[in-house]
Amino acid sequence: MTGDAMSYGKGPQAIYEAYLAQGRFMIQRSERTGEYVFFPRIPAPSGAMDLEWVASRGTGTVYAITVNRSRAGSKNVALIDLDEGVRMMSTLPDVETAPIGSRVIARIEPWAEGHRVVFDLAEKGAG
Amino acid sequence: MSDLRGKSAIVGLGMAGVGEAPGWSAMELLGLAAVEAVSDAGLRMADIDGVFAATSSHAFPTMSVVEYLGLQPRFFDGTNVGGSSFEMHLLQATMALDAGLCDAALVCYGSNQRTAGGRLVSMSEPQWHETPYAPRHPITAYGLAASRHMAEFGTTRAQLAEVALAARAWANLNPDAFARGPLTLDEVMSARMISDPLTKADCCLVTDGAAAVVLTRADRAKDHASAPVYFLGAGAANSHRSIAQMPDLTTTAAAESGPRAHAMARVNREDLDLVMLYDAFTINTILFLEDLGFCPKGEGGRFVEGGRIAPGGALNVNTNGGGLSCVHPGMYGLFLIAEAVTQIRGAAGERQLKRCDLALCHGNGGTLSSQCTAILGSGATL
Repeated sequence: MTGDAMSYGKGPQAIYEAYLAQGRFMIQRSERTGEYVFFPRIPAPSGAMDLEWVASRGTGTVYAITVNRSRAGSKNVALIDLDEGVRMMSTLPDVETAPIGSRVIARIEPWAEGHRVVFDLAEKGAG
Repeated sequence: MSDLRGKSAIVGLGMAGVGEAPGWSAMELLGLAAVEAVSDAGLRMADIDGVFAATSSHAFPTMSVVEYLGLQPRFFDGTNVGGSSFEMHLLQATMALDAGLCDAALVCYGSNQRTAGGRLVSMSEPQWHETPYAPRHPITAYGLAASRHMAEFGTTRAQLAEVALAARAWANLNPDAFARGPLTLDEVMSARMISDPLTKADCCLVTDGAAAVVLTRADRAKDHASAPVYFLGAGAANSHRSIAQMPDLTTTAAAESGPRAHAMARVNREDLDLVMLYDAFTINTILFLEDLGFCPKGEGGRFVEGGRIAPGGALNVNTNGGGLSCVHPGMYGLFLIAEAVTQIRGAAGERQLKRCDLALCHGNGGTLSSQCTAILGSGATL
């Protein structure tokens, strides 16, 4: 695949979501600089435009976490630092919360009309 | 860069509906505040030829304001960077006045979001890469920032509570503050958890309220009815839109906007008599004290202990009671400026500082995204 954004025929958001529908967690990387990018977009923060799609290793660390408390229940919202060096918002659906610094592993689950990436603790029983 | 220090001055101030104003629309409250500000400046509404506005409920705020007030402005700007818009508007109004693009600038805001539903009103659109995780912004973002500050620096909930207690103590000296009365550490600590680690007591109020200020060029300012409060400097910085893109959740772009404002104003931090910090949540005050250089990074929690920012403390912070206990009608930034003007004029009543010649107003917008700092001074600081 080339890094020419137009060659994909649709925008990075649509491509990301289409990959998720195929069960693939793909993120962008600059071919030249090796810099990873998330969320998917046209230019990298550095300005690099030669972004290609690569599979994320799917491993990361909890950078920050909060728990939304409401009558409908408690759901955590976390910021995950992927091992590739980019950060994303996500959730750990199987635990109420987890310590910052916890190691986590990604999985894809159906969500609304599409799919989303969520995370599980790498060591079962922790948190 | 041309020198904007002292080039403009606030010569009129108005406020309306601070707290609860049932039966009044956002624009009606804004209109009341604008009329009061123009009258306070000794001007006629027809003299206003520059309009600066951002609200939580108007897609085209300057158009709506211009129509409502019957204005025919030569220059207008509706920059919306959330709660920090109005510190930015001070800078833009000063540039427009200095360039001769207008002669009398009105900066204004109005909201009735308490009586219109009691929930924070926002036109902020969801971010597609956040939507699947149902964040409840703004509190989710600030909860995340607080969680990181605690993990990295050992900041405690009791230290966050100190911020809320100091705000209430100041509010108890301000008859216009919405939340008054005794508040104890136990009450704050046992408040309902909303978004860990932030409880209801860590959150700003949802009130009604409007504010307006009128600026003219400094050379005209002495001709107005009220003592001028001079624009000495301002600086802005914007680091992100969505909280997941904030480079470091423990350091805001106030670390850049503050030094820019100080450089323009040519004043030292030690000489500030009043520090107005946008306290949408208790963690904000701690972050901005650090980022604006009042204490080292990570020390903000310890800094506020022992009533240091409460009445009688070492640093005068948020003397109106802040967004936490005085007023927070969605976008609070103009109320920071209103309190600084009131204190510099010596019109703050029981909470009046012994000396207030120099005040810093720090506005925050979005999810710690936009940071705008403005420094105001009395005639003695020119």
